[in-house]
Order: sequence, then C-alpha cells, then structure tokens
Amino acid sequence: MTIYNMYIFDRNGTCLFYQEWQRNKNSGMPQEEEFKLMYGLIFSIKSFISRMSPVDFYSNSKDGFTSFNTNYYKLHFFETPSGLKFVLNTSLNVDSLRDSLQYIYNSIYVEYVVKNPLCSLNSAIKSEIFKEKIDTYIRGLPAF
Amino acid sequence: MPIFSVYIINRAGGLIYQMDHHQPKTEVEKTFSFPLELQLKIVDERVVVAFGQRDGIKVGHTILAINGDAVHGRKLEDGRDILEVIANSENYPIAIKFGRPKLSTNERIMLASMFHSLYAIGSQLSPEQKSSGIQLLETDGFKLHCFQTLSGIKLIVLADPKQSGIENLLKKIYELYSDYALKNPFYSIDMPIRCELFDKNLQGLLDSYERSGFYSQGM
Repeated sequence: MTIYNMYIFDRNGTCLFYQEWQRNKNSGMPQEEEFKLMYGLIFSIKSFISRMSPVDFYSNSKDGFTSFNTNYYKLHFFETPSGLKFVLNTSLNVDSLRDSLQYIYNSIYVEYVVKNPLCSLNSAIKSEIFKEKIDTYIRGLPAF
Repeated sequence: MPIFSVYIINRAGGLIYQMDHHQPKTEVEKTFSFPLELQLKIVDERVVVAFGQRDGIKVGHTILAINGDAVHGRKLEDGRDILEVIANSENYPIAIKFGRPKLSTNERIMLASMFHSLYAIGSQLSPEQKSSGIQLLETDGFKLHCFQTLSGIKLIVLADPKQSGIENLLKKIYELYSDYALKNPFYSIDMPIRCELFDKNLQGLLDSYERSGFYSQGM
C-alpha cells in the first residue's frame, strides 16, 4: 500500500498545502497549473455527480463524492461544510480514508492552522509544525 | 440492488446510447396554503427549492407540476410563469409536485462529454505511470463504473453502491454491443445505436443481473 500525495484546497480553489511522499510520474506542467487542474477536476466531478445522480443524497454529507479509482491509483476526497477540500492519492488496495481525512481536519488543520494566529486562512500554509504533523500522521497510517 | 442506467460514449466523447433501467421515485406532491414556506430560486431555467426542506421535499428538488398541470422550464403548460402563480394568493390552496428533474437528452449528451474529459484529466493527474482514466466513481448514493474498450468506446453503468460484479456486467454489455450493434449491417460505427435487438437483450441482461445479484456464465 502506498500513499502518493495530498492536496488541500480552500473554498475559492487556492491550493493551501501540497505534500508528496512517493510520486512516480509528474503531470508535465508547472505546479501552479497542476493545482488548478486538480481543483477543476474535483469541482467538475462534484457538479457532474449532482446532475447525474438518480437519488437524493443524505443531508449530513455536503455532497456525495467520496473517491474514484483508475487502474493504478485511488483518489480520496473529503470536504468540510466550510468548503475546505482534502484530496489524497493512494494505491488501489486502500479502503476508504474518509475518517483519516476528517482527523487531519479536526486534529491537525484546526489545531495548528486555525488556532495559529500567524497563519492566514486563505493563502498557502507555511507553518512548519503543520507540515511535520501531517507527515508524521500519514507515515503512521496503516495504508502508508 | 438496482442498476440505475447505462451509457455508451464513442471515441470522440459523443453519447451514442443511453438507457434508464431503474428510476427511484423521488416525487412528492403536497398542498400548500398561502404564503408558501419554501424559498425557491431559478437554476438553469428551472424552479428549484433553495431553502426549507420538509416532508420529503429536499433542497435541489424542482417543481414538476402545479395542480396536476405539468411544468415546462419555468412556465406552466398554458404559458403562465410559475413564480407569479405561486406569489398570487388567489391561487391558493395549491398542490405542487416536487422531485428530482428528469435529465433531458441535451443534458445527457453534455454530461457524457463531460465525463469523457474528466476521464482524460484523471489519467493526466496520476501520480503513477501509465494510469487509465476514472474506472470507478464512488458517491454516497450510487457508484459509476466505466469500462473503456480497446477501441476507445466507454461503457458506463450507474448502480447501487452495494451491487457487486459490475465489471462482468460491463463485459457482457460489450459482448451485446459487438453482437447486436457492430454486426448489424445498418449500424455505422460511432453513430447512435438504434437496434431493437440490442435494446431487448440489454434489458434482459440488466433484469437478470438485478434479480440474481450477479450474472452466472451459463444463462
């Protein structure tokens, strides 16, 4: 099992955080462009799902999208009610990581970014301790 | 375990076949007295509930009928604007039917080409070499399974999250496609599939799949 990389986007589509652990292929474009493409992909998938869905979603989840698989990787997605989006790419044999992404939000993002007066909420996160905590947590996951 | 619908997309992203197999009922009809407690707004020329979820009427539902008269876009059949009808206290009590809007053919064509590009982007953003595009899209309410054949045609099945064995079903649909569409002398490749035998056999396949939960080879 492998965890490849992780993106955090705010509600306006700015990439707040990016970290990679193991990446075997680059998208062949500048990083800024890649962030935009990834946000666009997520945004379009959400709009696609809400139109395509034959059923109503339960009211407790913001919308229905949880993950997608290709033949080589799996993309996990979690969105908070405030529109913060967490995207994590792993290998295929990993089960749903929704709880882990929720934990990252609850116990790492809120603790080390929201409660840090020096971190601004809508630009890239520069906090070293946040980066370190994410790294430790991801490396500690059974999926890593 | 319902299978909701089947889509077939050609190499260029055009929708060439679509079938709805099982449509869950989401319609709710309710009689209201003046004033209406629901907040409505207009999205894509449709009147949509924006706020005030109650009695099975959910945010995102559109108005399908008023007092039994079907609604077209934001107007009634006789040309009256829905919002004006609802705002006028003389029309009350009023029976309004809400539900998820049925997709029009144009919307389906648009969604199909949208998926075509999402598939390509999914492959481009891969952290791993030689990845394909999206093969399985999971949501809380349904799963979308996609199988791209060697010739680039995408077969898509929307099914209940608990339905298993869709990979086999997709291969079976491909088999039906080759047998009843490609071998039909009147069918030209990449064009919409209008073959009675294909319709009939696909319907039968989906029915048997739903009944058994999985499809056995010997059928």
